[in-house]
Amino acid sequence: MADGGQLVDHQNGRGVALRLRGIRTQFGDNIIHDNLDFDVFKGEIVGLVGGSGTGKSVLLRTIVGLNEARKGTIEMLGVDASTLHGKAKRHLLARTGVQFQDGALFSSLNVTENIIVPIREHAELEEPTMREIAALKVALVGLPADTGEKKPSELSGGMRKRASLARALALDPELLFLDEPTAGLDPIGAAHYDELVKGLCHSLGLTVLMVTHDLDSLNAICDRIAVLLDKRVVVGTMEEMLAYDHPWVREYFHGPRGRASRQE
Amino acid sequence: MAEAEPTIRCTMQSGKPVVEVGGTWTIFSVRGIRQKAEKALQAAGAGKAEPRSVDARSVEQLDTAGALEILALVGGGPNAEVMTKDQAQADLFDVVRKNMCVAPPEHRVNWFAHWLEEIGRNALGFYAQAVNLCAFFGEILVVFVEACLQPKRFRINAVIRQMYEVWIRALVIVGILCFLIGVVIAYQGVQQLKQFGAETFTVEAVAIGMFRELGVLLTAIIVAGRSGSAFTAQIGTMQVNQEVDAMRTIGLNPVEWLVLPRIMALVFAMPLLAFWGNMTGLLGGAVACTVYLDFTFVQFFDRLRDTVGIWHFYTGMIKAPVFGIVIATIGCFEGLQVKGSAESVGQLTTKSVVEAIFCVIVLDAIFSIIFLLAGV
Repeated sequence: MADGGQLVDHQNGRGVALRLRGIRTQFGDNIIHDNLDFDVFKGEIVGLVGGSGTGKSVLLRTIVGLNEARKGTIEMLGVDASTLHGKAKRHLLARTGVQFQDGALFSSLNVTENIIVPIREHAELEEPTMREIAALKVALVGLPADTGEKKPSELSGGMRKRASLARALALDPELLFLDEPTAGLDPIGAAHYDELVKGLCHSLGLTVLMVTHDLDSLNAICDRIAVLLDKRVVVGTMEEMLAYDHPWVREYFHGPRGRASRQE
Repeated sequence: MAEAEPTIRCTMQSGKPVVEVGGTWTIFSVRGIRQKAEKALQAAGAGKAEPRSVDARSVEQLDTAGALEILALVGGGPNAEVMTKDQAQADLFDVVRKNMCVAPPEHRVNWFAHWLEEIGRNALGFYAQAVNLCAFFGEILVVFVEACLQPKRFRINAVIRQMYEVWIRALVIVGILCFLIGVVIAYQGVQQLKQFGAETFTVEAVAIGMFRELGVLLTAIIVAGRSGSAFTAQIGTMQVNQEVDAMRTIGLNPVEWLVLPRIMALVFAMPLLAFWGNMTGLLGGAVACTVYLDFTFVQFFDRLRDTVGIWHFYTGMIKAPVFGIVIATIGCFEGLQVKGSAESVGQLTTKSVVEAIFCVIVLDAIFSIIFLLAGV
């Protein structure tokens, strides 16, 4: 096995956007991840999958700093995130974006104001410029222009997801974390969403790590797939995963849904 | 973050202004760029309305905010001409160009119109609120009558659990506050009544004041603050989590399961608390009298027995369950009004406490009139 949980080395001289080494997370006596290594390279889209209770969301929370790892180091965009404080930490946060599963939009603010929050905090811009950028992001994620004035409680689940992506993209982050971005969307909406992420990744040079169970997304836009197995991560392309010999992986990718999503 | 500044240079090529931009065009570096751009354009002698073309080949870092600003410089909208360094940059410009739109202007209304609108809205809101509250009260009565016919629908377990919260756990705070108020009244009574040698009447002042008004009113206000608000927040949070909707789809009536137990709990708890408040208030008065008046406890209670009629006590106790119904009904009603967001829970919790206290005091005034007419 190559470095960082890879089956075959795919670095090809690219920079490292995210590097986890020897991560252990546990709650009480319950060890979720142990000695976990994981690399994400610049400009790629990596899908993170795993069975229920394998700690996908915990891993994501650990990476973005909402949950502390017991052991190990997390290096993001070339800096050691686990030891950062104060200004350097804020600087790093401005270069990353997180979209939560249910949106997590601030309920007292409308969509435009939600998008402006990170901009106001990290960049010093004039009010009209910020509103223009917010309007751009609203259009970018495929929401109608009048959505900006609406409160999150007036939006449907799918629109909340898009609005939340717009907020995550507010600062054009280099590294984007998405938690189940297409869950709960209709297939057309999900396909648009995939296209959107892929397009942004290409034009902005984004690196994306997304937790997903959408096999179509995995097929359509993910360059590599990370599977949480036995408290560790195994990363590879779709072909490598199809050839990988592990009961869960075989069932996941060779199951009826997995087969159906590849027949295109 | 803004390591490098964005640069703008304006030249004229074959009579047309060409803007050369370079450096870092990101969200962290574009502050104030528009004024700078205007200056550069003016310096080169380019008119405002003229279409310009932009040369972005020397831009090193670019993001959507930067691209937006550059496109704004061109001023030509979707057809603007931008020379780019490579395909990725061109794609980025395409993405931004496709999604560019005029930011909707912020709504600003004349303050007087706004003020009128607010008043109108509030008046209508008040009316709707009163109607809804009456309808809700009717619904509760229906469920109550149904429950009377079929007593197992009274959900005694829930009532008892609620009573623990609203009665037992409120005893300490109600006791302390009423005791202190008793002390305060007695002290004031002694000070004022001494002036015409009537300080022994302090006993009546404390007892009648406590029994008729202060004991039950103080208790009602404490209960509105701690239990009425809790009802709104609990039911409101269930509303946000769609738990109330889930109950409806399973066929459970939220009024029967959530509202009626809470109302019953307060109907029982309010008189108990008010009685407890009255007693601690009297105790406070008695303690103060022993200190300021050289009364003994026995003298205090002797005089109380001789001069204060039992109806003073009854008038307060009659009010207590009514206040309980009002506080619980408003608390539950506002909880069920919650829509969607966490913010709404907070707003309605505030509203429920304010409304409950308001209604309690209005009712208290009505009771005064009734008791006056009844001669008690």
